Amino acid sequence: MRIAVFATCLVGTVMPRAATATVRLLERLGHTVDLPAGQACCGQMHVNTGYGPEAMGVIRNHVRAFAPVLDGRWDAIVAPSGSCVASARHQQADVARRHGDGPLAHTAEQVAARTYELSELLVDVLGVTDVGAWFPHTVTYHPTCHSMRLLRVGDRPGLLLGAVEGLELRELGEAEQCCGFGGTFALKNAETSAAMVADKADEIVATGAEVVTAGDWSCLLNIAGALDRRRTGVRAAHLAEILASTRDEPWQGAAL
Amino acid sequence: MSTYLGMPTVRPHPDTPPAAPLRWGPSFPQAARQTLRDEQLRANLRTATRTIRDKRRRVTAELGDWEQLRDAGAAIKADVMSRLPELLIELEANVTARGGVVHWARDAAEANAIVTGIVRAAGAREVVKVKSMATQEIGLNDALAAVGVDAVETDLAERIVQLAGDMPSHILVPAIHRNRAEIQEIFAHRMGDAPPGLSDEPRALAMAARAHLRARFLRAEVAISGANLAIAETGTVAVVESEGNGRMCLTLPRVLVTAMGIEKVLPTFADLEVFLQLLPRSSTGERMNPYTSMWTGVTPGDGPSEFHLVLLDNGRTRALADELGRQALHCIRCSACLNVCPVYEHTGGHAYGSVYPGPIGAILTPQLLGLGDEGGPFGAHDPTGSLPFASTLCGACYEACPVKIDIPSALIHLRERALHPDGGHPPTATDLAMGAAARVLASGRLLRLAGRAAALVGRVTGGRPIHRLPWPGSLWTRVRDVPGLPRRSLSAWWRDRGSR
Repeated sequence: MRIAVFATCLVGTVMPRAATATVRLLERLGHTVDLPAGQACCGQMHVNTGYGPEAMGVIRNHVRAFAPVLDGRWDAIVAPSGSCVASARHQQADVARRHGDGPLAHTAEQVAARTYELSELLVDVLGVTDVGAWFPHTVTYHPTCHSMRLLRVGDRPGLLLGAVEGLELRELGEAEQCCGFGGTFALKNAETSAAMVADKADEIVATGAEVVTAGDWSCLLNIAGALDRRRTGVRAAHLAEILASTRDEPWQGAAL
Repeated sequence: MSTYLGMPTVRPHPDTPPAAPLRWGPSFPQAARQTLRDEQLRANLRTATRTIRDKRRRVTAELGDWEQLRDAGAAIKADVMSRLPELLIELEANVTARGGVVHWARDAAEANAIVTGIVRAAGAREVVKVKSMATQEIGLNDALAAVGVDAVETDLAERIVQLAGDMPSHILVPAIHRNRAEIQEIFAHRMGDAPPGLSDEPRALAMAARAHLRARFLRAEVAISGANLAIAETGTVAVVESEGNGRMCLTLPRVLVTAMGIEKVLPTFADLEVFLQLLPRSSTGERMNPYTSMWTGVTPGDGPSEFHLVLLDNGRTRALADELGRQALHCIRCSACLNVCPVYEHTGGHAYGSVYPGPIGAILTPQLLGLGDEGGPFGAHDPTGSLPFASTLCGACYEACPVKIDIPSALIHLRERALHPDGGHPPTATDLAMGAAARVLASGRLLRLAGRAAALVGRVTGGRPIHRLPWPGSLWTRVRDVPGLPRRSLSAWWRDRGSR
């Protein structure tokens, strides 16, 4: 398959390792991968913060960058983020329609129909759960709210992690509780966010896992930031990084 | 201050009684800063919300048609909102035909004037009350006190809150912020007729309250209630409760006054089938609540001989005018969204500064008060405007709501209303920053530049975590590190590896 990677604005600027891992993983599975140059952001941060009108240009750019999928340039679009895929699938067209751009809404819907979160692409589209990864660590998985409740990825990440050689999965207590990130919530309601991520960090530490993983670097940034501050020694890895890790090219954390 | 002597540890929450029960106090972040410090409160909340949450999960999972019930509830409510005026007129006609008197109140002041007028006409100095959000919302107890009438709350938790001088912090369990040691103190010092040597054993506390309330049930001339539902086609009004206090109030006194938000009307008697399944399972986690009382007008020789129904607007038609936001009016006050909300669990209800706390309060309160309307509250820092921002948009509330109110979408919509008020406003620093960010995020080229700038910082800092940032980054770094930035940008990595 020819697959376009939507890195997302956050991964594209501060956590490129999730995007490079996605590229390496898909190429290892025999697919042709592209990283469209015009891409930037899905518009979620602006929309969710109440800046819908201001998000229109961002949404327009996203749809333009990935519209070639409709002409057959790629077979699918994948993003290493449940939140951004949920925004493309459930938000962009609504926002465009409410702000009076029907044609944009229509194209956004068609592009979103070909856009997948990583675990969805692997399990549903590519039909694979064992991607041949090797990750000799104890791991706990945090289901991010948007991948769980908006995309309903369900047990897909668990199936993928379960097939990774050497990986021991530890169940996370109160896993479905939000980590307290919430985009600009972390700044606007900093104290509440801090109390929430403190509870999440406690639960992660209680599993005894070496690594915490999730399908969104946004939530992981919050969780890893709290774990680092407390010197817990628990490291964070995006699901893509674990699945990209092999004996020949093992996970190296922050190195790029 | 003599009333406080002897109970040094129990202070009212909030400290000073609010002027307006629908919205009091500072913005949500400021109020939360205070409540988050209360370790006792957080421990109480954690235990209580998790207990109710687990019960609800068990009893909703056992129904094979739970999802269809939720769909039915949502559909009936959408139908009600689309033809609210005709249903209310039908309700009025049927209540009147069965001997009841219907009153229409545009706002809290009108509703309070109507109810105090009825109570005074009845010559009562004391009334018994069934727990009611509508009467909390309008501050009826204070209005009655102002004319010398003592309103006695008879729901146990509501009575605790009243005796403590608190505001409720939860829709269903208003005293969730109090533990039994505090309740023992409140009873012993404020009840007036508490037995000597009262312990903090739940049974002892319940028996003390039972004796205290029973005396008042038996002498009351007037009762005041809210309504969980009212049926337009029959004129039937219903109250759903657990303690039997409601049944006492609704049957013993001579005069019954019910204050009801206009959104509580349902078209037909058959609709009860849906809501009497949805409500108890979602609120208390019970298959069926112990007491469901229904009455239709008055019946000679059976129950109250005088029945008044006060239909309350108080901002509801304003909410109805908002196509997206009006789903807040679908709420049946079960409080399932509070019990699953991670923000509520940490901050407690008083941080919302309203009788309607939690996720539903964050969308209902601003709409009742007219957020972003010409001359109304606006902005993320306004006390009312801050409420829609008090959520991570995690979606747990939407998943739990028995009538499928899409609270996250409504929150986003209200954030937009808060920041783009009718008539406009001069841009804030945040507006300017978000405008600049929008230009970068709408351009692949500019975002690549931002990625290269991040990588430059990554090389300077050696890819190590960052412990401290200037404001507004300090809001992040106060409790978290910024994980190390990359030393090479994504675009550089992609360019250098060449196409394969």
